[in-house]
Amino acid sequence: MAETKLAESVYKRPESLTDVQMRYCPGCTHGIAHRLVAEVLDELGLKERTVAIATVGCSVYAYEYFDTDAVQAAHGRGPAVATGIKRCQPDTIVFTYQGDGDLAAIGLAEVMHAATRAENFTVIFVNNAVFGMTQGQMAPTTLMGQKTTTTPQGRSVEQGGYPLNICELLAQIPGVAYLARETMTSPKRIRQAKRSLKKAFQAQAAGLGFSLVELVSSCPTWWHMKPLEALQWIEDVMLEQYPLKVFVDKLAEGQ
Amino acid sequence: MPERQLITGNEAAAEGAIAGGCRYFFGYPITPQNRIPEYMSEHLPPIGGVYIQAESEVAAINMVYGAAATGAWAMTTSSSPGISLMQEGLSYMIGAELPCVLVNMARGGPGLGNIAPAQSDYWLATRGAGHGDGRCLTFAPFSVQEIYDLVGQAFPIAQKYRNPVMILADAVLASMREPCALRDRLDPPEEKPSWAVGGDQKGRQRNIVNSLWTDPPVMEEVNLRIQQRYREAAQNETRWTEHGADDPEILVCAYGISARICQTAIEHAAEAGVACRLIRPISLFPFPTEVIADWAQRVDKVLVVELSMGQFIEDVRLAVAGACPVELFGRTGGMLVTPEEVAERIIEIA
Repeated sequence: MAETKLAESVYKRPESLTDVQMRYCPGCTHGIAHRLVAEVLDELGLKERTVAIATVGCSVYAYEYFDTDAVQAAHGRGPAVATGIKRCQPDTIVFTYQGDGDLAAIGLAEVMHAATRAENFTVIFVNNAVFGMTQGQMAPTTLMGQKTTTTPQGRSVEQGGYPLNICELLAQIPGVAYLARETMTSPKRIRQAKRSLKKAFQAQAAGLGFSLVELVSSCPTWWHMKPLEALQWIEDVMLEQYPLKVFVDKLAEGQ
Repeated sequence: MPERQLITGNEAAAEGAIAGGCRYFFGYPITPQNRIPEYMSEHLPPIGGVYIQAESEVAAINMVYGAAATGAWAMTTSSSPGISLMQEGLSYMIGAELPCVLVNMARGGPGLGNIAPAQSDYWLATRGAGHGDGRCLTFAPFSVQEIYDLVGQAFPIAQKYRNPVMILADAVLASMREPCALRDRLDPPEEKPSWAVGGDQKGRQRNIVNSLWTDPPVMEEVNLRIQQRYREAAQNETRWTEHGADDPEILVCAYGISARICQTAIEHAAEAGVACRLIRPISLFPFPTEVIADWAQRVDKVLVVELSMGQFIEDVRLAVAGACPVELFGRTGGMLVTPEEVAERIIEIA
């Protein structure tokens, strides 16, 4: 009897993601970011020794989506919680998943000092220039002139000051081992983002110090755009303020 | 034979923690407790422990949260303004059912206040623990030896009830030097609790440490479980000492450093012909309600002595439940009472 070749699976849910429906809005790039992180954990074989830290914001339920041990942290405190975990269990792979409200506003001290101490964990920094979970208020990363529910006339220097570029700040800190800003607006960009995420986790696994990947992300809901328009707005407007770059790569230096 | 050393309350807190099995310390400098983090930074690394100076008290308690999530026996220490900053983290730890130990060497307030002894964090210690329906289990030592003993004992208690335990002392107890019997240092248990995150996850279900329960019936269930643990703690951990006249006119209630002063004060009062009994709660939450309620039936009046203007007295009044009048003798802002002043007040109300 002739052998029947069954269909080969070429694309499936990564092992490091649970099989539950995510609560993110249609068109939001959180889903892509989650998948990329999960693929990297799978490929590096880290799933069974990883602790994910969910923070406060749209990704507050990240612990439901990453199929690893997980800790939910208070708003902005992810890097402090990660410090506690990693210092007690240096062999555990630890990452925080933080939005721009969580990391760049209320949690700025925690992330800066974690980098200063060269804490050996990874931060996934999702920057969509608004507080998404609380319905679209101004964030530190909101662009000049950008309309939000608390900058209805557009962000002005008088009212809200200037956008905060986290990677450029962190790039000056010697404790940083890997630092890159990526986006997910096209398959090419997504592949590049995954390369950076992988390097960040590799830097951690190698014990090189603090790693962070900023993902310039879309929020169609609170930008009041269609998903594709939102991706185009990232390319046309956000990347002007937040240029894509690998700022620090100690893995490459070590080669 | 335990070794006796002349040490400060701060050193007793630090060494008591290490002796009790603590190997992870996260803190931020604040007077009058700086000797604790200094001691930890010297003594923990050589025995395989970890000392981290956090960027703030907010970060320190969240580092403890992370450490506790791995099942580690972790602690932080601070003084009043720093404890205010830790309220958020304590609330999250209670919600996530995580154990930890913290020491508050309380100082005068409100605001930046001063660095003198005070008991004005009573509410913060016994009602506080941030937002929500949780509390810290709270113990109040009154000597260097008792600081040492209670801090060590606090770790297994925190683990048992999966809740933060606060040791509430003050600037006098922090700085005073007394002989203290030191035990051998215990190792923390090797086996991690079943709920701990991290390490090798092969062959077990993943663990999630979380205080987010958006479904109210589920959140209520979590809260009722926490309350059940508090009831168990009331059964098992309620502590006090009492001494003085067996047939007293006045019942004196005081804790911590105030109780130490009241020991002498009731002797003065006895010499003046007023028989007193002193009840000193050691556990402030759970509170020794029953013993105070019993004595309140047999005395003319209760005098509450505290270094605050009527915080501790509320728990005493709840215990007395109107059985007799309850009077307050309080000093505040970092002022101590003297035995003579207390005795005078006892005689005045007798």
